[in-house]
Amino acid sequence: MNWAVADVVGIREETPTARTLMLRVPDWKGALAGQHIDIRLTAPDGYQAARSYSLSSAAGDPVVAVSVELMPDGEVSPYLVRGVSVGDQLEVIGPLGGWFVWRTEQTEPIRMIGGGSGVAPLVSILRTHIASGNTAPVKLLYSVRSPEFVYFRDELAELTEAAKAEVTLQYTRHAPQGWTGTLGRIDAARITAWAAGDAPDTSTYICGPTRFVELASDALVATGVDPMTIRTERFGGA
Amino acid sequence: MGIITPGFFGKQREADPKLPPGQYETKDFPVLSAGPTPNIHQGEWSFTITNESGEKTSWTWDEFMTLPTETVDTDIHCVTRWSKFDTTWRGVSLDTLFENVETSAGYTMAHSFGGYTTNVPLEDLLDGKAWVAFEFGGEPLDPEHGGPARLLVPHLYFWKSAKWVNGITLHDTEELGFWEVNGYHAYGDPWKEERYYYDS
Repeated sequence: MNWAVADVVGIREETPTARTLMLRVPDWKGALAGQHIDIRLTAPDGYQAARSYSLSSAAGDPVVAVSVELMPDGEVSPYLVRGVSVGDQLEVIGPLGGWFVWRTEQTEPIRMIGGGSGVAPLVSILRTHIASGNTAPVKLLYSVRSPEFVYFRDELAELTEAAKAEVTLQYTRHAPQGWTGTLGRIDAARITAWAAGDAPDTSTYICGPTRFVELASDALVATGVDPMTIRTERFGGA
Repeated sequence: MGIITPGFFGKQREADPKLPPGQYETKDFPVLSAGPTPNIHQGEWSFTITNESGEKTSWTWDEFMTLPTETVDTDIHCVTRWSKFDTTWRGVSLDTLFENVETSAGYTMAHSFGGYTTNVPLEDLLDGKAWVAFEFGGEPLDPEHGGPARLLVPHLYFWKSAKWVNGITLHDTEELGFWEVNGYHAYGDPWKEERYYYDS
């Protein structure tokens, strides 16, 4: 596998601090839901910087999507969120990663917990699951600070509306007007209540900041969930 | 060198000879783990080396603590592209642990609590190149970073430094471990950028 020159064919402002880039990658042969790509930028003097971004597009989508959250002190994300335009080219390599993935032949129920931008690979799994016609239950608990920072907001609402997936939003700072759910950081009790009644063979995918993933996975293990059925992806320091 | 990205100039302007290709420096200590962090008490920790004929050499935590330790100052490089400079560890050299192990095997598999594995050639564990570390920055090693003890093989990408390590088995032929089966390179030299299985 080599670096490929991808065309930026679409850009959506996802939140005030994040953008989704739609990329057409030459000879793209599909991905597994949950995989990532690396994006590499090259300065005029040859200096390069590369970072990994989870795909949010469904496994079979011919155009791949990554959502990039602006890291204020970042090196690559400011360029991708503020500098890139449709028609630009970016070097990418992938798809990458063979563990934090969901395969269409999996038949067990799926439970996913996402924190902030960590929802991206989970949305890929959700989209792939629905596109595959898989009838096993799939649910997503998505922790986000306030309504304007919800990734894929309309799509997630539509999926819930159409009863294709159970999507539960957990607002940590501000909830929308008329919100009847809980407000505040996710804690063990919240996760335990949300997961109560799930089938024992449910597979779990958790992605988010390190502390968030630690808390969510510990809470599930404490309720008796087999650690080997929990796949995690963490970002940020600890 | 790839295509020039118009308008991109980067931050890390000085080429740092300590930084392997494709890496960036971080001051954080990110966490790469496949699943939940296991909570292993020292009392239930033990470490076992099993040679190719099945002979075992084991240490309990208390026995392990009587072994000579070394302080290791090193840079570490994660396959997910971050590098962290000047980290300080304390642990027991694998040379010490292998002192009385009879083997003519060339390959090892490190095993961890929770069932994770990673494969490392034996020569990469010996001659002052690897430790079982139980302190980081002068403090007991945090569980999310592999505590109570992890393998430390800093000249390879850091997934080879198996967290929650509880043993090493010796093998005549190379087998692939957990991360290697799941897409990472069999050897993982950061200076050759051996990240993924197809980076031959």
